Amino acid sequence: MVPKRHSLDAVIVGAGVVGAACAYYAGRSGLRVAVVDRGPVAGGTTGAGEGNLLVSDKEAGPELDLALLSTRLWRDLAHVLPPEIEYEPKGGLVVAPDEAALTALRAFAEEQRKAGVRAREIAPDRLYDLEPHLAPGLAGGFLYPQDAQVQPAQAAAQLLRAARQFGAEVHLDQEVKDVLTGPDGRVRGVRTPQGDLLAPAVVNAAGTWGGEVAALAGTSLPVLPRRGFVLVTEPLPRLVRHKVYAADYIADVASGSAALQSSAVVEGTAAGPVLIGATRERVGFDRALSTEALRRLAAQAAALFPVLTGVRAIRTYHGFRPYLPDHLPAIGPDPRVPGLLHACGHEGAGIGLAPATGLLLASALRGERTALDLRPFRPDRFAGEEHDGEYERGAGR
Amino acid sequence: MPTSPSEPSDLAVVGAGPAGLAAAVAAADLGLSVTVLDAGERPGGQFYRHPAPGLGAARPEALHHDWEAFATRASRLEAHRRAGRVTHLAAHHVWTVVRDAATGEWLLHAVASGPGGEERPAAVRARAVLLATGAYERQLPFPGWTLPGVVGAGGAQAMLKSGLVLPGQRVVVAGSGPLLLAVAASLAAAGATVPAVVEASAYTSYARELPALVRNPGKLGEGALYGGGLLRHRVRLLTRHAVTAAHGTGRVEAVTVSRLDRDWRPVPGSERRVPCDALAVGHGLVPQLELATGLGCATRRTADDTLALELDAAQRTSVPGIWAAGETGGIGGAQLALTEGELAAAAIAYELHGTRRPRGIAALVRRRARLRRFAGAMAAAHRPGDGWTGWLDDATLVCRCEEVPAGRIREAVAELGAYDARSVKLLTRAGMGWCQGRMCGQAVACLAGGAPAEDRRPLSCPVELGHLAQLPPSAS
Repeated sequence: MVPKRHSLDAVIVGAGVVGAACAYYAGRSGLRVAVVDRGPVAGGTTGAGEGNLLVSDKEAGPELDLALLSTRLWRDLAHVLPPEIEYEPKGGLVVAPDEAALTALRAFAEEQRKAGVRAREIAPDRLYDLEPHLAPGLAGGFLYPQDAQVQPAQAAAQLLRAARQFGAEVHLDQEVKDVLTGPDGRVRGVRTPQGDLLAPAVVNAAGTWGGEVAALAGTSLPVLPRRGFVLVTEPLPRLVRHKVYAADYIADVASGSAALQSSAVVEGTAAGPVLIGATRERVGFDRALSTEALRRLAAQAAALFPVLTGVRAIRTYHGFRPYLPDHLPAIGPDPRVPGLLHACGHEGAGIGLAPATGLLLASALRGERTALDLRPFRPDRFAGEEHDGEYERGAGR
Repeated sequence: MPTSPSEPSDLAVVGAGPAGLAAAVAAADLGLSVTVLDAGERPGGQFYRHPAPGLGAARPEALHHDWEAFATRASRLEAHRRAGRVTHLAAHHVWTVVRDAATGEWLLHAVASGPGGEERPAAVRARAVLLATGAYERQLPFPGWTLPGVVGAGGAQAMLKSGLVLPGQRVVVAGSGPLLLAVAASLAAAGATVPAVVEASAYTSYARELPALVRNPGKLGEGALYGGGLLRHRVRLLTRHAVTAAHGTGRVEAVTVSRLDRDWRPVPGSERRVPCDALAVGHGLVPQLELATGLGCATRRTADDTLALELDAAQRTSVPGIWAAGETGGIGGAQLALTEGELAAAAIAYELHGTRRPRGIAALVRRRARLRRFAGAMAAAHRPGDGWTGWLDDATLVCRCEEVPAGRIREAVAELGAYDARSVKLLTRAGMGWCQGRMCGQAVACLAGGAPAEDRRPLSCPVELGHLAQLPPSAS
């Protein structure tokens, strides 16, 4: 019998958008990878996402750098992947309800500009040229032309399809039950009920469930779920042209609070419905409908666009964002377990940050210099800290 | 004020069809305060439909074989309402049921429609909830099914009962299930020509379930009644056949009827064309469960591949405080729904007030067992065969709201990594439109190759954003 050899360079656990992007860039660079997921493609948080590719909501720092790299990569991908991914560089419009918010927004945008973000201040009377249905009386706003949109499930599926053309294997409906390690402690593959997939590297792209995969590999990653609700209206003619949200949303993203927070991001879609999302609350994996979440989303959307008051919501759904205590993802090799790499914990920005994550991870797998410094995303940066799920960081920017 | 959320009822009943009506009346008889919320203008649900008042129908009972059971309960409901024991909120569509963590009571949020079509929000509090939300018709698509003149079999029956109108002059009735015979008989009695009843399964398979049939002499009589009526009107019954295409420009002009093999695959060469100006088609009923599944109630898979609620002997769901009766527990017809409604009412009265079980309960329990057995046999006989998807060419629309053809769904499964209804929906938008997958959900699940998916519709009906914004704020 021919001895079984490593025909794979890496096994990627997770067929969400991040796992798909890892497979795409790894495959493109010549690596042979297998993607394995216990569910279908985009079956977890990706399928519950809005498809936001935002730079506007990120303060200057490592996550913004990741977002800016991703923005460029998404633009390239839009030429390579089929139109079904519905890439639309529609731009984001952040509005300030009053002078105080506008002043804060100005300072925030100034820092972003230094990092490479394009942001243009819009005078109050010009806001309505961009969004004719905006509520009257706003103090002003900023236009972020780099903000864009994709259809998240299609984006993941098309990335994965393209990865298959580079030779990637895709194993869906197969749950990873164990991460295999050799006597030297090195990772040597994963075990599923359908058999073992052997490779010298395993990539944890399991999103909100990334902590479980880390545990299978004998280490820890404090990924926790942060629930979000999205409201979907009946199909409408194009009422909302950009991604529009109020300035207080930025504070929410950076907040570690367990309480429900929301600032509705309102946007039209190619298919007609307006999407309103999303709330942020830490309630574990509670799937029960929160009417309070719906109340806030509806009230904030109607405050931004009064014309929506009489429009009907036909659907709502929720997802569980994977968040890490410092709100940055874990990307790169885990020094505690040789051969284990992580690509998870992107919270609400996974769709946007997926290509950059995939590109960085492919370089890491090849042992090459990465396009960005991976140190802020080190998977072992929480080691030794006590986490009871109540870790808080200041809500400031 | 009846819609004030501050005064809780003992029991909120969602739905005023046979199950809800029977439960509301029986619960009020046992001393409970009851609020009935129903999407319809008048009690009766889909089964006991009323002709619109303006039509001057003298004998609505002529279209029902069980009008007496309804009329008695409707008048008792009215008596309870006048006595203040029952609040009947007609034209109230409940969109969600949530538990108030502070009081442990249930809060039912509804959209109330006014006579001019205007909508306003309403909320009801209750200590216990009975879900009697009934069922909707299962549609399996085929080329041409979106042509005008193609109507649901249940829809044709409803048109006849409430509007006294026929879908056409020459109406083919097709699909699967006992409803087809009733629909054909009603259409024929109302003056339509019914060239054929096209039934995909073989009734001979009932023979295996003869013990169940023998225990249900009432059902046999019903069947004979339809059979006799059909014979008199020269209606032909074709079993193991299906309408596999509808033809016409602007409106259905003919249908293709094909013989089916055991798995419902069309037998090549067996096609024949039947001229008609309408087609009434349906493949049985699907329990309407979104309120229940939104609450986390456990479900079971029925013999005809739908999901129904898992219920105990007291009609309790797996969620304490939530009961269910009628079609939500598995399709079984009006008789069973009436029986279960009364059993549920007795169980709720016992649980809330310790009320002793009323006399006659043992007989109801026996009747329920008999009818459930029959329903199970019927469901098994009419389970869609796996081969029905062979009717679909790639261009056939499966999701009408979002205009998603079968080819796109097949591509999502073959090429894109979808293998269940949810992932197909995410990749194709099938089921994302107005009907939220009520029309196409079963078909999409079959094409995806998966089991029927649990209904996930946290909003059971569209709700204005302005109404959501006005919900009472709660601490978070």
